[in-house]
Amino acid sequence: MAEASLNQTVEGQTGVDPEALGARVLQVVGDDGVAARTAFGELTLEVDSGHIVDVALKLRDSADLRFVCLIDICGADYPERERRFDVVYHLLSPTLNARIRLKVQTDGQAPVPSLVEVFPAANWYERETWDMYGVVFSGHPDLRRLLTDYGFEGHPLRKDFPLTGFVEVRYDDAQKRVVYEPVALRQEFRRFDFLSPWEGVDYVLPGDEKASEQKGSGKAS
Amino acid sequence: MSEHQLRNFSINFGPQHPAAHGVLRMVLELDGEVVERVDPHIGLLHRGTEKLIEYKTYAQATPYFDRLDYVAPMNQEHAFALAVEKLMGIEVPRRGQLIRVLYSEIGRILSHLLNVTTFAMDVGALTPPLWGFEEREKLMIFYERACGARMHANYFRVGGVHQDLPPDLIDDIEAFCDPFLKTVDDLNRLVTGNRIFKQRTVDISPTTLDECWAHGFSGVLVRAAGAEWDLRKAQPYECYEEMDFDIPVGKHGDCFDRYCVRMEEMVQSVRIMRQCIDKLRAPDGQGPVLTQDHKVTPPKRGDMKRSMEALIHHFKLYTEGYHVPAGEVYAAVEAPKGEFGVYLVADGGNMPYRCKIRAPGFAHLAAMDHLSRGYMLADVSAILGSIDIVFGEVDR
Repeated sequence: MAEASLNQTVEGQTGVDPEALGARVLQVVGDDGVAARTAFGELTLEVDSGHIVDVALKLRDSADLRFVCLIDICGADYPERERRFDVVYHLLSPTLNARIRLKVQTDGQAPVPSLVEVFPAANWYERETWDMYGVVFSGHPDLRRLLTDYGFEGHPLRKDFPLTGFVEVRYDDAQKRVVYEPVALRQEFRRFDFLSPWEGVDYVLPGDEKASEQKGSGKAS
Repeated sequence: MSEHQLRNFSINFGPQHPAAHGVLRMVLELDGEVVERVDPHIGLLHRGTEKLIEYKTYAQATPYFDRLDYVAPMNQEHAFALAVEKLMGIEVPRRGQLIRVLYSEIGRILSHLLNVTTFAMDVGALTPPLWGFEEREKLMIFYERACGARMHANYFRVGGVHQDLPPDLIDDIEAFCDPFLKTVDDLNRLVTGNRIFKQRTVDISPTTLDECWAHGFSGVLVRAAGAEWDLRKAQPYECYEEMDFDIPVGKHGDCFDRYCVRMEEMVQSVRIMRQCIDKLRAPDGQGPVLTQDHKVTPPKRGDMKRSMEALIHHFKLYTEGYHVPAGEVYAAVEAPKGEFGVYLVADGGNMPYRCKIRAPGFAHLAAMDHLSRGYMLADVSAILGSIDIVFGEVDR
């Protein structure tokens, strides 16, 4: 059955109109804790973290949606927000030839329900998200670190984690083993902001610190 | 019942093992010679690509994609270029599109050649890699003649490709096609019907289509399981719509079917390459290869000598880079190994806010436990070879 419907999409329509798809999806999953939005021809559902398993199940099992393929799970960090992390799920429906993105917001503490029971593929993706952002998934069978070193501390893709990291490794010839040491930078890490000095930047250039205060304090002295 | 303590036997497969195709450590739990559990430990090649990209301008981020799946570098760049173009609304000129398709197919052949021949080596054949690598060498020279690098090309830029192809390169690529089909034929006769090869691969780890989708498989693995699913046809990008090619489909989804699908895809890739060459020579295939919007793509070197504006553009592009409007997109291409996707979040600045790389090999390796449970230890290397793992993209 799956094959027949696939052939149809391959020859006929390529992709579904995201607005129409959004309406259909909302019919299936209900709009309880779910909001749909379309940008760049892509459909995004914002889901409350409590509903994510339910929504994923409905998307997978609904006969006219069939989002059976979990493409990706990843995190994103927005430190200025109260719930700073996004967990982003990408699903694919080969039958409809359509994609959908689910987004769940969470803070560092509250766990997000795991999708391993719905999609076995979620296992490693959730491990990676935990490793990179420190987002906890409840119900995950084996939430270990995946990509970083054995014994690594911290979550490297968080925005407040420095690009250089905290430790560096080298082989120590005296001890005949690899040793871990704090990162020593020969030069301060430089990051240019490319703001034009003519277009109203509000930082103080080095050496200019006194320029503003002298106006006020000049008369007093 | 005696009081013997029966204990499963655990062995480490890798991190340095010729059949691991890179640095993979797998902890195998064996009951006799039967695999009970597989626990792949990855990340030994983790370089923090996604973090680094957040600290680089868009133009500086492109070369990182060569270093993901270093067997077919340009296909990865393609996904990133498509994502940025989607955010900025850039249209790639037709000749640029044709060159992209041509080199994507060269990349596909590069990858499949490496995979089928080393796969044959994993299960005991020594000759195929020698034959295959000879052809790969020729293809890498085409890479080099187009962009100056044999592997890490940095050739697909946002807005098109970096430089036009010289006409004699196009002639040479055409001259490559026929002898290459002969090589594929030779490989077919050497490997496909081979008794030992079949004994090692047929009916090893068959997967149903439902399993494939549930585990997030894509590309060859899904096609070997019987789905006619190819992003080049299903969600065409660039000018794949006008290309005439077939999607080979397997029946059982076992290791042998995956091999067969790859062999046939190489033949189909040559078909696409020929069409690209014809279209590149046709009058409507002439013109620029990069979009002419110099707020995004650098001006010609000659213009910079005369035009102040061009000089400013060049300076701005290579220091600050261009700004990409805020938004988030997901762009995917049919890379040789499956669906290679880039989820890009832009905040309106000159660097990506978040760039998640969705590598096909990651999902495939994640299912290694599911695929090899209950098979023999020797089958593990056959399964690993058939799912086509490259650690550059798995570990990122």
